[in-house]
Amino acid sequence: MNPTLHAVLVFLETWWVELVSGVVIVAVVPLVAGYIVLVERKLMADMQARLGPMRVGPHGLLQPIADAVKLLIKEDIIPDNADKMVFWMAPVVSMTAALTSMGAIAFGPAFQVARDINVGLLFVIGVSSLGIFGIVLGGWASNSHYSIMGALRSTAQLVSYETAAGLALISGLLLAGTLKIRAIVDAQQHFGVWFVFLAPVAFFIYVVASIAETNRAPFDLPEAESELVAGYMTEYSGFRWALYFLGEYANMIVVGAVATTLFLGGWLRPFPNVRWMNWLDALPALFTAAVGAYCVYRAGKQPVRVQTWFMWGVALACFVVALILAVPLLVAPLKFLVPGLHGAFWFLLKISAYIYLFMWLRFTLPRYRFDQLMHLGWYILIPLAIVNVLAVGVAMILEMEYGWNRWLAMLLTTVITLATALFLLRLNDKRAAAASSAAPPPEEPSTEDSYAG
Amino acid sequence: MQDDAAQNQTLLGADELVLNMGPQHPSTHGVLRVKLKLDGERVRGTECVIGYLHRGVEKIAENRSYQQFAPYVDRMDYVAAVSNGLGYCEAVEKLLNVEAPPRAKVIRTIMTELQRIASHLVWLGTHALDIGALTPLFYCLREREEILKIFEKYCGARLTTHAFRIGGLQYEAYDSFEKDVERFCKDFERRIQEYVDLLTGNSIWIGRTRNVGVLSAEDCIALGASGPVLRASGVKWDLRKAQPYAAYDQYNFQIPVGTNGDTYDRYMVRMEEMRQSRLICLQAIENIPAGPILGKVGKVLKPPAGEIYHSIEAPKGILGYYIVSDGTTQPYRVRIRPPSFINLQALDKMARGHLVADVVAIIGTLDIVLGEVDR
Amino acid sequence: MLDKVIFFFFAGVAILSAGLMVTRRNAIHSAVFLITTLLATAGIFLQLRAEFIFIAQIILYVGGIMVLFVFVIMLVRLDVALHQIQFSRQKWVALLVTLALAAEVGVMLWSSRNVPGQGFLLPNAVPAGKLPPNTEALAGRLFDAYLLPFEIASVLLLVAMVGAVVMAKKRT
Repeated sequence: MNPTLHAVLVFLETWWVELVSGVVIVAVVPLVAGYIVLVERKLMADMQARLGPMRVGPHGLLQPIADAVKLLIKEDIIPDNADKMVFWMAPVVSMTAALTSMGAIAFGPAFQVARDINVGLLFVIGVSSLGIFGIVLGGWASNSHYSIMGALRSTAQLVSYETAAGLALISGLLLAGTLKIRAIVDAQQHFGVWFVFLAPVAFFIYVVASIAETNRAPFDLPEAESELVAGYMTEYSGFRWALYFLGEYANMIVVGAVATTLFLGGWLRPFPNVRWMNWLDALPALFTAAVGAYCVYRAGKQPVRVQTWFMWGVALACFVVALILAVPLLVAPLKFLVPGLHGAFWFLLKISAYIYLFMWLRFTLPRYRFDQLMHLGWYILIPLAIVNVLAVGVAMILEMEYGWNRWLAMLLTTVITLATALFLLRLNDKRAAAASSAAPPPEEPSTEDSYAG
Repeated sequence: MQDDAAQNQTLLGADELVLNMGPQHPSTHGVLRVKLKLDGERVRGTECVIGYLHRGVEKIAENRSYQQFAPYVDRMDYVAAVSNGLGYCEAVEKLLNVEAPPRAKVIRTIMTELQRIASHLVWLGTHALDIGALTPLFYCLREREEILKIFEKYCGARLTTHAFRIGGLQYEAYDSFEKDVERFCKDFERRIQEYVDLLTGNSIWIGRTRNVGVLSAEDCIALGASGPVLRASGVKWDLRKAQPYAAYDQYNFQIPVGTNGDTYDRYMVRMEEMRQSRLICLQAIENIPAGPILGKVGKVLKPPAGEIYHSIEAPKGILGYYIVSDGTTQPYRVRIRPPSFINLQALDKMARGHLVADVVAIIGTLDIVLGEVDR
Repeated sequence: MLDKVIFFFFAGVAILSAGLMVTRRNAIHSAVFLITTLLATAGIFLQLRAEFIFIAQIILYVGGIMVLFVFVIMLVRLDVALHQIQFSRQKWVALLVTLALAAEVGVMLWSSRNVPGQGFLLPNAVPAGKLPPNTEALAGRLFDAYLLPFEIASVLLLVAMVGAVVMAKKRT
């Protein structure tokens, strides 16, 4: 056989799972990100006493497709003096960084592109932080003063909160003892509990920092519509803007995946080792079947016939998925499929919950001003994260050298970090009170017209 | 003059730049152009360029009869049309020396207080939206929808209502008027609590509004600011208590007053005003006197020559009408004292020293409507 | 064979980017090509199973230092500099020195080609798959045998950070 062809076949045979995973990520994630946008719009509408997109497709389900088509056929506008190469490249970098970082994430025990890379978690964090270039180069390439300022501000915010996020992740890493993604989840299984119960403060710090990482409300001043400087995305229209937008939502998925892997047990079910909780294994199938049943129930109440058929279709899909999830449990020869399928289900459920939290916060909270945002990051989150790392180190020493129970040691960590948090917040309140009691100095005599003359 | 020029020379230093918040901007609540003089991030001075919505309303008044001019008045502060109508009708009634019958006065009071709630709801929703809270807007509009339904049932229009006539009312209160208002008011307390839950204790909201746009009481009085802007700075001046008109002297209500004169206080004052308006409505519908709704006013209005100034407490501030009559059917001059226009003068004082991101909050807290500013 | 393809891909990208970087007039273009050079070098590290160096290169060099470079290029008015006359008198001296250096390196590599363990090719190199895991090995050495130099370097970086903040604060 031709040696090149042989080499290629050997390559495909060893690496086909990874290749398929990679293709799935690149092909599916943008589509999924588009549908996350739809979910956000529907959720926002629900929380705001309205319906959201309803026209395009039954219940607005084809809305992302319509949006994608619209953005693709839009006129491609490039500002006059913009640097064409960088202008083209910036959104691509943003999206590519997000997608590449997904390569190291294990979406289930069987689905990972960069199989067991030694520095798995660092890879995800490091490569996803390359998205910063997408922002800063995009702002610069627009050749507009306000875009550059918005881009620099956004970058400063990202860099500040990256530090806090990384420090918060160290707690989970110390508990797991390794950087490999799979090994972290295996450590949680081995210990029998998700790390969020051992290190809740670290999880909380990571949640806040990751909201700022992805430029989501309440930290979305650099890209808010009602602010003066409309941010780095101003000059981007059509599909370039869509790439930025999809990159942002892909980043949300990445950040959710990291939190799930490290704190929420990855693909483990709740109480992974407790034998009498094994009935939880039935939950995925039951949950999906329950969703299907609800669709059947609502199908009868739809006003329009196409919506009724559509609900029946969704119910059918739910039942099929429930069947796929249930059959390996019941049919013995297929038991090897259980960890993969159920693992993927739990993982996706947890990421969805995390992203739901992001959206919920977006609709509820007002926006931080930029200086307040930076103050929160540098004065409160980073010191808290540093103290947390020290405290977790202390807990590890107590556990390893002095034989303390891990729960007790981590409880000590939580207490120390909470005390520091209260202290920092009290300090912050005092500083704010002092700043407000000292009124802003009077600038000029009040009768002067700054534009006279 | 020389000194001013020299001082301006040093003002335009190396780091200053003039930023234009153009007439088209999501947060200027209409076509308002604000030129910001910035030093880095800090605002050193502002200049408002208005007139984009000027329609020559006061000039038009000189060529219309008194009844013909009434619908024009609604279009000034289009968010609170009923108040505008109330002020105008009462001003002309003063000129004619007639009084509206008691039933008309009470129904006018109810409608005006409902309109105050509706105006404050729009303010709350848009102000929260500017600061980044996306949800209160929809809740506020949901409540306002109920009020607009009442208006529609009463006079056929939701926004530019032309609800009142010179001398009283044209339309009798429809059959379920009291029931509708009562149902709305009973429901509204719970809704206000929703807004309070979302915003009042929220540390991000407090951080964005406390000590932002502080206006001292002396400055308020010097600039002629009125309405919630004045009351939030500590001056207890409300025309409904100080110079009662319509049926306000019959009801028990409080005037909320703030302490600091910052954006948070203005927010609290307007929230409390909504509650007090609700109380006025509840008291009023208990006892609407029977009787005629239109006073003794002829079909052709020829007020005697003279002038009159009448002002009311509109949701945005003190709305005044100065009407000069020359004895004919058309007024000689109608001059409107628009509260938004005069409150907008305070923008410069309030915005100095703040960051650019605060300017949006400050414009929102002044609660201006460009229809009124430009007329 | 796959290894060769990947290596030559990364090496080619690195060399091409480096060449483009030094020949661009636009500073941002140079920065972008420097980023691609560093990423390609990181790829070579990954291929050598030095995963920690690979990710450290990405996080620190590309994600930290290059971001700083790009910030500085954006905040400094480079269009002014572009229009100024550059020092082009040293072009020939530079070329001469480069040729001399290249000749030296070439002679050195050629003369050591037969010395086992050194020179152009390493026929007896340890296959990368048999090396101990890079991160653990590095961590073991860094925090055990080389702890003092590590701490000194950390203190030095801290001093530099504090100094930069102090110098950058506006005199109020």
